[in-house]
Amino acid sequence: MATFLLELVSPEKLLFSRPAEMVTIPAEEGEMGVLPGHAPMIVALRGGVIRVRENGAETEALFIAGGFAEVSPERVTILADEATPLASLSRAAVERRLAEAEAALQEAIAEPEAKRDAAYARVQAFRTAVSVAQAA
Amino acid sequence: MPSLKDLRGRINSVKSTRKITQAMKMVAAAKLRRAQAQAEAARPYAQRMEAILASLGAAVASSPDAPRMLVGTGADRVHLLVVVTADRGLAGPFNTQVGRLARARIRALEAEGKQVKLLTVGRKGATFLKREFASRFVGEVNFAGKKRVDFADAEAIALQVAGLLEEGGFDVCSLLYNRFRNVISQIPTEQRLIPTPLPEGAAAAEGPQALYEYEPAEDQILATLLPRNLAIQVYRAILESTAGEHGARMTAMDNATRNAGEMINRLTLNYNRTRQANITRELIEIISGAEAV
Repeated sequence: MATFLLELVSPEKLLFSRPAEMVTIPAEEGEMGVLPGHAPMIVALRGGVIRVRENGAETEALFIAGGFAEVSPERVTILADEATPLASLSRAAVERRLAEAEAALQEAIAEPEAKRDAAYARVQAFRTAVSVAQAA
Repeated sequence: MPSLKDLRGRINSVKSTRKITQAMKMVAAAKLRRAQAQAEAARPYAQRMEAILASLGAAVASSPDAPRMLVGTGADRVHLLVVVTADRGLAGPFNTQVGRLARARIRALEAEGKQVKLLTVGRKGATFLKREFASRFVGEVNFAGKKRVDFADAEAIALQVAGLLEEGGFDVCSLLYNRFRNVISQIPTEQRLIPTPLPEGAAAAEGPQALYEYEPAEDQILATLLPRNLAIQVYRAILESTAGEHGARMTAMDNATRNAGEMINRLTLNYNRTRQANITRELIEIISGAEAV
């Protein structure tokens, strides 16, 4: 099957750079499956799970806390704020960070809209993280 | 003429200094390797980010309501300098180098009648610049006691800068840091942060390829991308500076170790000479004493 080059980078390192058949990314406006030959796009990502398919099977699933993706017909580059494989996502750790994010949101309520939205997006991201960490 | 005992004491003290400088050199070498790996690991993200920003920025920069972080306030009156240095000294000219560049920049800007604000990262830069420019400080950050600087630290600094921009605290922001070229050479560098420098012609050269669809719209993506880019630039500067710091310290300590070695040789020679002179003198005394009998 046709493949494209998938790259997943976080500010701290390059996590992933190899051919894949399909990747599902949590775009801001809904989950998005990308196959080879996709129209060029730049998408903002929310917190969620990236799923990678290689050789007809799902091989990787990683949680990201937000970021961007650049899609072109033969290449997908994901710039993740932080990325953790689902398998190594600890429930306790994400719950603690969810609590932190919720506290930050409480503080941000009086702030201008942009800041409040950012805080809310973080809460959403870690809610997702908690739910997937539970499932894993 | 120092006595034998004095010389022995000095030799011992130089020897223990040499032991310390040698250990510091080893430590710096190990830390350098780690810092270099970290800087290397951060590079792909920064490169991809730059590419996205170039195509996005070119599309938006010409519109009148382009975000401030991209095009600046349009004025050129207040400059914010973010000065990145190390938290520790004993690294040769490493910290002074950046400090001197910052001082030259501040003087040049103020001579042009511009207002300067300072934000320092790292303890050494803060103490260096406070002596002369304390009134220009808007903030200082240091990582003393932290083992490893991670992205969140850089993000906090970027947030501070973004907050200042929002309040209209400055028009132009630049970053001063030591760029790591190799172990013996770190180059003090000034890099503009705001307005964001767009690689000229890069987007144009890509031609029709740069026709992306955006989801959500360009300006919304840009609104989240720009602060991120700012954090990345700061992060990169800190990593480069950290690698440079360890490189500079390694070189400085290597020199110190060598100098200590030379000094020990000189002192030992001196010690032996004095010892022989003493023996000869005692012999003469004994012989002339015996002859007199």
